[in-house]
Amino acid sequence: MAAHLSSGRVNLTALREAGRRELREFLDKCAGSKAIVWDEYLTGPFGLIAQYSLLKEHEVEKMFTLKPGRLPQADVRNIIFFVRPRLELMDIITDNVRREDRGRSPQRDFHILFVPRRSLLCEQWLKEQGVLGSFIHREQYSLDLIPFDGDLLSMESESAFKECYLENDQTSLYHAAKGLMTLQALYGTIPQIFGKGDCARHVANMMIRMKREFPGSQNSIFPVFDTLLLLDRNVDLLTPLATQLTYEGLIDEIYGIQNTYVKLPPEKFAPKKQGEGGKDLPTEPKKLQLNSAEELYAEIRDKNFNAVGSVLSKKAKIISAAFEERHHAKTVGEIKQFVSQLPHMQAARSSLANHTSIAELIKDITTVSCYCIGFYSFPTASEDFFDNLTVEQEFMSGIDTDKVNNYIEDCIAQKHSLIKILRLVCLQSVCNNGLKQKVLDHYKREILQTYGYEHILTLNNLEKAGLLKLQTGGRNNYPTIRKTLRLWMDDVNEQNPNDISYVYSGYAPLSVRLAQLLARPGWRSIEEVLKMLPGPHFEERQQLPTGLQKKRQHGENRVTLVFFLGGVTYAEIAALRFLSQMEDGGTEYVIATTKLINGTTWIKSLMEKLEPAPF
Amino acid sequence: MSRARADEEEYWHSSKFRAFTFDDEDDELSQLKESKRAVNSLRDIVDDDDDDLEKVSWSGEPVGRRNRLPSLPSLSDAFSDTGVKNYAPELRRPKAEYKDYSNDWSPRDTVRRMQRGKVCSLERFRSLQDKLVLLDEAVAGHDGNVITAVLIFLKRTLRREVLFRELEVRQVALCHLIHFLKETGEQKLLLDLLRFLDRTEEVALSQYREHLNIQDVEKKREFLKGCIGLPFSAEDISHIQDHYTLLERQIIIEANDRHLAMAGQSEIFRKYPRKASILNMPLVTTLFYSCFYHYTEAEGTFSSPTNLKKTFKIPDKQYVLTALAARAKLRAWEDVDALLTTKNWLGYTKKKAPIGFHRVVEILQRNNAPVQVLQEYVRLVEDVETRLNLATKYKCHDVVIDTYRDLKDRIQLMAYKCKVERGSAEEEKINSLLSNM
Repeated sequence: MAAHLSSGRVNLTALREAGRRELREFLDKCAGSKAIVWDEYLTGPFGLIAQYSLLKEHEVEKMFTLKPGRLPQADVRNIIFFVRPRLELMDIITDNVRREDRGRSPQRDFHILFVPRRSLLCEQWLKEQGVLGSFIHREQYSLDLIPFDGDLLSMESESAFKECYLENDQTSLYHAAKGLMTLQALYGTIPQIFGKGDCARHVANMMIRMKREFPGSQNSIFPVFDTLLLLDRNVDLLTPLATQLTYEGLIDEIYGIQNTYVKLPPEKFAPKKQGEGGKDLPTEPKKLQLNSAEELYAEIRDKNFNAVGSVLSKKAKIISAAFEERHHAKTVGEIKQFVSQLPHMQAARSSLANHTSIAELIKDITTVSCYCIGFYSFPTASEDFFDNLTVEQEFMSGIDTDKVNNYIEDCIAQKHSLIKILRLVCLQSVCNNGLKQKVLDHYKREILQTYGYEHILTLNNLEKAGLLKLQTGGRNNYPTIRKTLRLWMDDVNEQNPNDISYVYSGYAPLSVRLAQLLARPGWRSIEEVLKMLPGPHFEERQQLPTGLQKKRQHGENRVTLVFFLGGVTYAEIAALRFLSQMEDGGTEYVIATTKLINGTTWIKSLMEKLEPAPF
Repeated sequence: MSRARADEEEYWHSSKFRAFTFDDEDDELSQLKESKRAVNSLRDIVDDDDDDLEKVSWSGEPVGRRNRLPSLPSLSDAFSDTGVKNYAPELRRPKAEYKDYSNDWSPRDTVRRMQRGKVCSLERFRSLQDKLVLLDEAVAGHDGNVITAVLIFLKRTLRREVLFRELEVRQVALCHLIHFLKETGEQKLLLDLLRFLDRTEEVALSQYREHLNIQDVEKKREFLKGCIGLPFSAEDISHIQDHYTLLERQIIIEANDRHLAMAGQSEIFRKYPRKASILNMPLVTTLFYSCFYHYTEAEGTFSSPTNLKKTFKIPDKQYVLTALAARAKLRAWEDVDALLTTKNWLGYTKKKAPIGFHRVVEILQRNNAPVQVLQEYVRLVEDVETRLNLATKYKCHDVVIDTYRDLKDRIQLMAYKCKVERGSAEEEKINSLLSNM
């Protein structure tokens, strides 16, 4: 069921198992039958740790979604709230508890499980409402790092970037450090820590402090990781703003991948049966899980989208050839062998059918799009996706970043989605080390007039986070950074890549370049550029007891854990996987993050929450 | 030293220290709680977990087994400054009893225990100095949960000015308090704090944000009016002013149009009933609305497009685009024509489109403009290739033919012949051109 977690260099099943154990222990504390009331946001991440079967084994009989009003009638002894520590959720719980029928018999016991941490603030809030005493168990479930795949961990904390860089709240960094401690408890102390950025520095400090304060955490496990690299998202604000061009990246950009699942429009997945003439088309979105457990997906997800088609058609030929084999199977033995392979072949065929459909969907979107907003309905050029991409690529390669861009203006005039506009404007600002006053004022004015003045609050947030800024000192150091780190490659090979820049068809993600250069030849070679990027860079060493020091076998790769504080995109993950697979790379990467993001979800997390539009 | 003492003095004389009260249990849930407590106490008997030994609520009151009180100890003043009795802390309980549950955790140990999710008494930290050490320890631990808990304690036990002053030199803690105040909606205290810190722009924005919570438009308008005087940055102030002016206009237009629509006398409202009110819509949407329903009005009225254009200094490009979209939707082709026609000082007229004629064509086509209308503008597209593309796509045969004629491209003309109807005027035109080329 979780085989894909053990397929990588580090067996992450152990982490999942630890999470399951903790969950079982809590459930057993509440003796008797149970119903769980879920904060909906948590069901996704929990699904990666445990299925319903585990809950059922521990007497969970019913599951509800947290919402105001009276709790559903369920004949159980315990009602357990699984919630994030948020005040608005506490209000709902309060409502639930207050409406509980006190006359019912037997009475139901209430418990709260805070994920990932108990919050004194929330408990105080519940106390204010006079319901705190109604809860027998109030505990925390430290779901810090959730294994997503054999080489990928995420905290799925959607507001981590906002909290760290806008509100200066370092709680998510504390969780990150805790998660890293858990990881070290399971996989050994990581001897080397490198980092870049203020948050990275904080996390390293906390880890060192925690280690000092809990001497018991000194363990005798042979270290699996050689190096930890902590990277602040604000060291590289550029990468998430650009449109990801890997297969997985594009699926995420267009449909949004949540906790490894994606929901797709059903039309392309209609079962093709003869004689039905297109009636009874499915209306429910098609839900698919995307991870390395699926062989084909593991092979294509990190490829540039332009290289996916040829792989799919090759696979199609192989599979049809395999099915053709049946005509050649003459002897009983041959037929038997064919039949034994059938389930595998059928799975491969359905996987191929799914990905062919997804690729078709993406192709449709990347070539034609249509926007209908409010009173307007404008046609957009069928090349809109490419126009957008062209502008992005111009900015990233340093062309015309210092003046108002026509395409952005056109998009505002046609009322394209605000997030799209903000992504482009921020990208321009980052690639120009800030915009000139006149340019910034112009964009702001156009945005406010077209989308509403209240968005001044969002623009303000973007400025605070450094995504949008005024160029001060009149010096643009982006070209220097771009050239030194070779962020723009003109001769990109999408089919058979030889450099990480293939993930954005020309742009090499800055963050991954830093990881690459750290492994070889080391950061000393880029001191000057590191100084231009925000925050300190540092190196720490954690002493290992003698006997645990690693003696590397000849040709054995190092394992580096790269932790992105503030989020990571699928394209960056793809780039790191590419480096892992390079023959002479010498380093394999495992990736951890506070949240899997793309430009859209990222900008959204920074937007001021506004009242829903009246229509 | 003397500073510390002075601070302590200040604290003892000024802080509103609160202890538990016995009378806050009158709510409807006391019975329920009673039973839960019974269960709780049962558990305490069976469960001999050391960690629960010191079960003290975050606000310092014990809830563990040792000092079970007749009612739930509660201090409900962290979120409001009213309605709770004040007691001098040393009077609330005999000293000996006090000592019984209060272990001497150092600030660091206290913070560590809280980080591990244990509830800890903070009431022991009485001098300002102790409290600040506690806060600094919490900040050093980076756990926002603990920092916030300590801040709530400080907020409750320190005078406002003292708290503000100390936080000013503790930026991390300050950020947490600001975040906490935003979260809990303590707007007044937040604004006081920001003012104290001289963060005037934030005060302004934070106050302005409040308008989002106001449903009633009249009230919202009044509120926005009040915002104009706030210390926004120079760039922002004009936008805030515009926001107010826009809502003011929308209220007038809305009242007027709702009346018109209900009276049923106005043809435009009868023919194209309004889908929604114009209140709280962005400026450009308002302009579209005005171009749709009030296009011909004189500049003097609030609802006329020209008035909006002037008042909000809407750029030409934006204006033409919006007006064009509105008039095209109504299929008012003569308005479209007038919009794109300019007269020079000699009285000659000329077609001009600040948005480019290719865009004009797109908008008109989208609104199913007839070929005669469409081709007039396709003809004006400057770039030959774009013009040919558009003309071919929208079957503006005349434009295609004329363009190839001007290019003297026989081959393309011949090729195009098969795209026009046999025996049509277009075919004839091509034939005659071909024979003369």
